[in-house]
Amino acid sequence: MELALFVLFGTLAVLGSLGVVLSRNPVRGALWLVGALFCLAVLFILTDAHLLAALEVLVYAGAVMVLFLFVIMLLNLREEELGPRRFTPVKALAVAGTVYLGWLMAVPMWKAGRVPPAAPADYGTVEGVGMLIFKNYLLPFEMTSLLLLAAVVGAVMLAKRRM
Amino acid sequence: MLNTGLFLVLSAVLFCIGAVGVVTRRNAIVAFMSIEIMFNAANLAFLAFARQHVDMTGHAAAFFVMAVAAAEAAVGLAIIIAVFRRKATVNLDELRELRG
Repeated sequence: MELALFVLFGTLAVLGSLGVVLSRNPVRGALWLVGALFCLAVLFILTDAHLLAALEVLVYAGAVMVLFLFVIMLLNLREEELGPRRFTPVKALAVAGTVYLGWLMAVPMWKAGRVPPAAPADYGTVEGVGMLIFKNYLLPFEMTSLLLLAAVVGAVMLAKRRM
Repeated sequence: MLNTGLFLVLSAVLFCIGAVGVVTRRNAIVAFMSIEIMFNAANLAFLAFARQHVDMTGHAAAFFVMAVAAAEAAVGLAIIIAVFRRKATVNLDELRELRG
């Protein structure tokens, strides 16, 4: 059952990511990415990361992707700006190099993995992760809020026409 | 529970797809979305290792990666808008100058 879910949603996540990289139209790419992020949320659940799966859908597939779609619509790229599809030798070299890099990563990754022991009941739940973040990582958590505030102010500054 | 190696190999595959997108695509927004794929591949690896060691520190790391990625998306897209307003293009090959 778990293996079937992993194969199904893993394949869909890979297809969605390929859709982002291959689709000519950025709007289509963004929609592919939303699908891939949903599939990744399912994979997060398969690793018993329930809170992170919910956050993936809320923060990524929800907030961040809406931001992307807004900017794509705002820029309103015309067809000629998209440029013709070219497959140059440089791109082929980049793909080959990345496949080699992927092989270098995947082999030790596969060797590092094993069947994990049973998890406690609060593993990956809101309670478990919340207790960890608010006890052990309170300062980084508060600094994250400052970072987000700075990012909001910076984004408004950058995107504003004139101050 | 499945062997975590499956999740780790999948995260390596997704990371490589994202890397190919960053290297080969010239549209700044698509390159940006490819970076998001790479972030998520890294998060999947964090969560798989967290499950393997039954230690939720990886969940905290993935949580902070998500928060930083949200901040990065906001600032990066604002930069793309500012660049588009000035140069009327988001093609990365045509944006060669550092001076404004």
